[in-house]
Amino acid sequence: MEIQVREFSHKDLLGMGQMSCEDIELVLDTAKSLTEISTRDIKKVPTLRGKAVINFFQEPSTRTRTSFEIAGKRLSADTFGLSATTSSMVKGETLIDTGRNLQAMNPDIIVLRHSSSGAPHLLAKHVKAGVINAGDGINEHPTQALLDLFTIREKKGRIKGLKVVIIGDIAHSRVARSDIIGLTKMGADVTVAGPPTMIPLGVEAFGVKVVHNPQEAVREKDVIMLLRIQLERQSKTLFPGVREYASFFGLGRDALKKAKKDVIVMHPGPINRGVEMTSEVADSPCSVILDQVANGVAVRMAILYLLIGGAGQ
Amino acid sequence: MITWIKAGTLIDPERGAVKKRDLIVEKGKISKILPHGNFKAENRRVQVIDATNKLVAPGLIDMHTHLREPGEEYKETIASGGRSGIAGGFTSLACMPNTTPPNDSRSVTEFILEQAKRSGLCNIYPIAAITLGQQGKRLTEFGDLKDAGAVALSDDGLPVTDSELMRRALEYAAYHGLTVISHAEDRALSRGGVMHEGVVSTLIGLPGIPAASEEIMIWREICLADLTRCPVHIAHVSTAGSVELIRRAKEAQIPVTAETAPHYFSLDHNEVFGFKTNAKINPPLRTREDVEAIQKGLAEDVIDAIATDHAPHSPLEKEVEFDRAAFGAIGLETALPLTLALVRNGTLELPQAIKKLSTNPASILGISGGSLGVGDSADLVIIDPESEYQLEEGDILSKSKNSPFIGKTMKGRNDLTMISGKVVWERHGKYSRR
Repeated sequence: MEIQVREFSHKDLLGMGQMSCEDIELVLDTAKSLTEISTRDIKKVPTLRGKAVINFFQEPSTRTRTSFEIAGKRLSADTFGLSATTSSMVKGETLIDTGRNLQAMNPDIIVLRHSSSGAPHLLAKHVKAGVINAGDGINEHPTQALLDLFTIREKKGRIKGLKVVIIGDIAHSRVARSDIIGLTKMGADVTVAGPPTMIPLGVEAFGVKVVHNPQEAVREKDVIMLLRIQLERQSKTLFPGVREYASFFGLGRDALKKAKKDVIVMHPGPINRGVEMTSEVADSPCSVILDQVANGVAVRMAILYLLIGGAGQ
Repeated sequence: MITWIKAGTLIDPERGAVKKRDLIVEKGKISKILPHGNFKAENRRVQVIDATNKLVAPGLIDMHTHLREPGEEYKETIASGGRSGIAGGFTSLACMPNTTPPNDSRSVTEFILEQAKRSGLCNIYPIAAITLGQQGKRLTEFGDLKDAGAVALSDDGLPVTDSELMRRALEYAAYHGLTVISHAEDRALSRGGVMHEGVVSTLIGLPGIPAASEEIMIWREICLADLTRCPVHIAHVSTAGSVELIRRAKEAQIPVTAETAPHYFSLDHNEVFGFKTNAKINPPLRTREDVEAIQKGLAEDVIDAIATDHAPHSPLEKEVEFDRAAFGAIGLETALPLTLALVRNGTLELPQAIKKLSTNPASILGISGGSLGVGDSADLVIIDPESEYQLEEGDILSKSKNSPFIGKTMKGRNDLTMISGKVVWERHGKYSRR
């Protein structure tokens, strides 16, 4: 295993906002060197032996949680899972108290998924362990952005100068926020699209363009990122219904033809088939959705390694 | 015994600032105002307070305070809020009814006044609820509440959504001579929001409260005041649009008055970066343009009063996730220096500033105070305008410490507070007595 010795000087990974271009490149390069482990017969290296990683998921998650579990285990860290229903939060314990109690058991990393924006920032102030934000409210989901960047770089060979469109509920998406910050930092040309109810006020401050109509927005794009429509939460006021959304904002094959020939289609999952995109698009060769999931493990291994693997070596 | 307040600069909100005056206080009232040097103590026992290089102003009157008693005494009590008030230069506080139970009946109003008497600090003026339990369904007994000592009515924090009910409240309150104070917020539009909706909320992913949620409701109150010709007072104005609506209403002779709070003319939504819960306030801190518009609104007297909206919360409500944190910031001990900053930057004249902190709140509420003339009750403060300091959490006298100004530099502070001729608070204990 070849690890490049470059400086990663963060205690926590709270958001893409804190990451410099060099930090991002370091994560992507490190992840690249770690992908091979997942293809071995024995998918495990001793790098993080004796380190403890707590996966604290206050909100439901399949992909991210499993991905962190696997990432930790492949590096031989001891991983522990904690969810809202099994934690003392149901007994009214505050986040700070839960954090202090976890800290008393001396973990190296706490991975936090939380429904409140800023919760990992609050936790990080009160624990010595490194905190990784696995999604906080509608703020950020930095590991998703990093795996998206990794996937784009893997498929396109670069990020700088690529034309990327993100379609869907930008306002309420932590994935969108992190992706926008990461992509613009790395020099991509980012457009956001979706009905005006889903485009937040002043989004141009991120350095992105707004084109509401997705059929127009996909023109000449290298990358199309679709966001999950949260049917359970936002269907009441943000759009009239699934049928209407699918017909005006869903991605079908005709729209796809307007993009570049070698366009890739991404989605953070879980997908709503027939809503964000037709099944035809989801299963087409341009879809890299499953590559994203596979890369998620390598990227999370890289982050764990960079945060706690380097020290004392 | 008489008290001789020597050689201060007298700030008379009506007549302006006059240098080097001696104030003589006898039997709790101001008995003489003389040019410095003209007073002879003769053989009487005199308490001398040297106010050289200091400002002498009428005691400040806060028309919008939350004292949390009864019900949430761990955040503030009438006594602790009173102490915080006199330290900040306030001699009178009008307290909002959102206690537990809410002040919607004679018994709660009387309890508040009883506690105020027991603590013996500030003058306390209860504001009663407009509707029972602040539920927005049935009017409280305005007449009985006034008789018990309430000076105004408000469903602060839970605005009356039913426009017909609000109309009737204005009409009926006018009959009893009670001021109706509106916390203007369209709660359907602000639902779920935790900060101002704008660039910052977009950047850090927090649900926003649009300026429109305040402005829609202010416009409704203006329409109702116009319809009924009954006065309405708008609490804590925070947006440029609100200032404009009130300006036009005043031009059209509609009976509306308005207040803002120091944080709205001092801070903007950038304070929330880092998910700082002490900057979580309702209405929220707005944009820089709004801050400037509020300052202009004060300068042009569109906004009549500066009130603190002092809202104490303990770490239980503030050291939590941002969206779960309570709204509100304390303000009694920072209102004066923050207002003096507007005098220094040329926005307000000094007498005009004192007028907004004292005279105008008194007249809107119909209570005494706000002037320093011969015969007036000696409710006054002595201010050191040059004192510069960093606000430290440990210096705050309120039971709660939730101030967004902690760590920031303040200039100007209250040195001494006198109520009815009695020194109730002094910063250094350095004034000589004889």
